[in-house]
Amino acid sequence: MEKVIYLDNAATTKMAPEVVEAMLPCFTECYGNASSIYSLGTQAKKALGKARETIAESLGAEPNEIYFTAGGSEADNWAVKATAEAYAFKGKHIITSAIEHHAVLHTCKYLEQRGFEVSYIGVDENGILKMEELKAAIRTDTILITIMFANNEIGTIQPIKEIGEIAKEKGILFHTDAVQAYGQLPINVEEYHIDMLSASGHKLNGPKGTGFLYIRKGIKSRSLIHGGQQERGRRAGTENIPGIVGLAAAAKRAFSIMEEKTEKEMRLRDYLIERIQKEIPYCRLNGDRNRRLPNNVNFSFQFIEGESLLIMLDMKGICASSGSACTSGSLDPSHVLLAIGLSHEIAHGSLRLTVSEENTIEEMDQTVECMKEIIEKLRSMSPLYEDFCKKNEGLS
Amino acid sequence: MYSEKVMDHFSNPRNMGEIEDASGVGTVGNAKCGDIMRMYLDIDEGGVIQDCKFKTFGCGAAIASSSMATELVKGKTVSQALEVTNQAVMEALDGLPPVKVHCSLLAEEAIHAALWDYAQKNQIEIEGLQKPKSDVHEGEENQEEAY
Repeated sequence: MEKVIYLDNAATTKMAPEVVEAMLPCFTECYGNASSIYSLGTQAKKALGKARETIAESLGAEPNEIYFTAGGSEADNWAVKATAEAYAFKGKHIITSAIEHHAVLHTCKYLEQRGFEVSYIGVDENGILKMEELKAAIRTDTILITIMFANNEIGTIQPIKEIGEIAKEKGILFHTDAVQAYGQLPINVEEYHIDMLSASGHKLNGPKGTGFLYIRKGIKSRSLIHGGQQERGRRAGTENIPGIVGLAAAAKRAFSIMEEKTEKEMRLRDYLIERIQKEIPYCRLNGDRNRRLPNNVNFSFQFIEGESLLIMLDMKGICASSGSACTSGSLDPSHVLLAIGLSHEIAHGSLRLTVSEENTIEEMDQTVECMKEIIEKLRSMSPLYEDFCKKNEGLS
Repeated sequence: MYSEKVMDHFSNPRNMGEIEDASGVGTVGNAKCGDIMRMYLDIDEGGVIQDCKFKTFGCGAAIASSSMATELVKGKTVSQALEVTNQAVMEALDGLPPVKVHCSLLAEEAIHAALWDYAQKNQIEIEGLQKPKSDVHEGEENQEEAY
């Protein structure tokens, strides 16, 4: 395969060599079941405990508040469903946002079909939660507020601390889907008043199929999987030791290099944003210019459709993503782009580029040059662009 | 995801462009769904399609379907062009993924819409041709979210 320019780090990341290295002995040497009493088992148990400590430390939490899962979606499902069930005696109202990941949104829809009521709080044109709307939505029977830390498509970072304070004041549980934020931004569950937090390993150069849910001590939650004492009886099943060790190694790495990684990514991000804005006409930056993840770039290009753009970029060896309907297998474009007020037409022409610290300025230059060429080609094929040009000719 | 034929027609679309003073022009689809196709036909006095061009806003399958449709109708008579169905477009492309079948339907509708326009302009009736179903704005109001 020829060299690719990988700009889809919000989808998944390449595993870091030190993460692979940390995992390898768990497959063939320290392969015991953490529940077994012989030394092979206790070795595994020790590794598990160490991993839990690492994760807890990264959040300012206690090790026994960390529950390992098979990923972010599982953690989101668990947090929302189990809390709803455990607290249904108190009330059946949940507050979330219109731009959550489907792991939260579809879980909320599922609960709606089972007698719960859900308020979907809107966001402004940059994707920031409407705080007044949130406050107004709180009822006496509200049991849970679940708002993502940072958005996976447009990178907007939410005022999590403020939301946490409101939830605490009102005595409502607060869950945040931090799948995109964990490892990219400093997070402290005490400072932000977070009661539950979901994260995933493969977004931070860790292994796929790993993640965790932080559950504050004292919070009632139903067990996700029954059948064993693993994860304090809340998620049965033999622990994925290699995965968990890899997740912890990835977290450790992410937090130790966060400052320089962020700096490098922001430089690439801002360079990309500036060049695109300057050199490609009829485009719109989606998401907040400042309150955004260090690695996220998201643009809509008028008159063209995202999937065509993605395929043509792929032909040039550039990996990106789009909120176009065609990439989601439905007729509707991304719910996030619609929620920030984009028309369907503009939402179809969106492109997400998420950089990593391994990308270079040369790669950004190459990407912009390819984009310019492709977008021009697609516009020359577009009846919408034709109409637009004719209308402008008519005006001048 | 796509066949080689689809990729070929997507990367090197045939007959892309406009025809000035075309005998018939048809636009179908809507921006809301992410696909708009416009077909231009140049039809001679004998009712033979001398030239056909397209412009499309849409995904890879939509662009490839339009490109293939222009190839299939070029040189055909009006009534032969009516037989270019979405099935014919799909077969010529060596198939489309199930979620993209509507792109080939749109290509069929675009041909019909252009033929309809030609018939209207010349005040003739083409046997078997019905008024095209979809239009750029048609149906926009009754599109609801899936949930």
